[in-house]
Amino acid sequence: MALKQVSSTDEFIKGLWRDNPVFIHMLGLCPALAVSNTAINALAMGAATTFVLLMAGLSVSLLRNFIPREARIVSYICIIATFVTCVDYAIMAISIELHRALGAFIALIVVNCLILGRSEAFASKHNPGRALLDALGMGVGFTGALFFIGVMREVLGSGTLFGVGLFPDGFQTWTVMVLPSGGFFAMAIWLLVVNWIRQRQADAEKQAVEQAGKAAS
Amino acid sequence: MKDPGYWSIFLNAALINNFVLAYFLGLCPFFGVSSKLETAIRMSGAVSFVMLVASACAFGINLILEAINAPYLRIISYILVISSTVQLVEMLMRKLSPPTFRALGIFLPLITTNCAILGLALFQTNKGYGFTQSIVYALGAGAGFALALVLMAGVREKLDLADVPQLVKGTAAALVVAGILSMGFMGFAGLGR
Repeated sequence: MALKQVSSTDEFIKGLWRDNPVFIHMLGLCPALAVSNTAINALAMGAATTFVLLMAGLSVSLLRNFIPREARIVSYICIIATFVTCVDYAIMAISIELHRALGAFIALIVVNCLILGRSEAFASKHNPGRALLDALGMGVGFTGALFFIGVMREVLGSGTLFGVGLFPDGFQTWTVMVLPSGGFFAMAIWLLVVNWIRQRQADAEKQAVEQAGKAAS
Repeated sequence: MKDPGYWSIFLNAALINNFVLAYFLGLCPFFGVSSKLETAIRMSGAVSFVMLVASACAFGINLILEAINAPYLRIISYILVISSTVQLVEMLMRKLSPPTFRALGIFLPLITTNCAILGLALFQTNKGYGFTQSIVYALGAGAGFALALVLMAGVREKLDLADVPQLVKGTAAALVVAGILSMGFMGFAGLGR
């Protein structure tokens, strides 16, 4: 039992760092770059995607014994599209401004490869509890990544965070960060940071193994 | 609203609001198959064709959905049409050109989840384009996608030979290149007004 406990927390944790969908697997890049020009947009997009991930993961996992293998992709897409339509109308009801800011990208959650990928690779093979944990981890990882990109672009590009000014008047904003090309640059910078940390971790592990080997001999 | 001319719709979709570099649509194949020029050209051919068919179908479906007053079925029906078109292209390619089929590999079925195509269908509906306008829009978007992909592939082929630090190699370098390309495309912003 204890063993299972550990591995199910692992199911959740892996989406945050080791298998982070955006920085490690490069899944769902399109929304990650397109709507991350402010931190608020990034969070809203992350929340919407997480909701769809959870619901799709749950449904696919519950129906996994009923969906024939040949028709699985089409069925998954139908399930995902249904929930995306719900989210689309829900956001329109909650805040029409937010709906306008995110634009067609809410509808485009359907084709976010992250959701189809998790449905196919994980939810279709595991029980609902596991699938939900995995979806939650992936969703939080995705939201976190979007948030980091969004914060960097908003702070540098408009000098604000959540719409609150951060700098004295003299600050020259980096307009390029709000423009499309800024998305690519911000993503590249975060990717470098992540790669750098991972490389350091790998080096440290290698050294530890070598030292252990020396000590043993 | 003033009816935009065909030429301006085409230029708008291909250059000013380039799908890949201004709207961030279709980034997966953009980074996935842009490492070789030849596959990039074939991929953009396939995507443009699917775009054209999907755009025509989306126009028809939208008419039906409006007639029966069911706009909430739009997303689901568009995506189904797109995935069937992709299936068709996949079968055609396997029959007509097996080497291309093998070169594109996993990215061919993944055209279904290429947001550029669903994005195109949704944008043309939002903008209220007529049939010919939709077709021209699809042609422009396809041309823009092809242009971005081919430019990127050209740069990346050269980049392979360059001596960059190990940390930057791969996707990070590709992202920076894409950012610079995107800045270049911003230069078209004044065009066609």
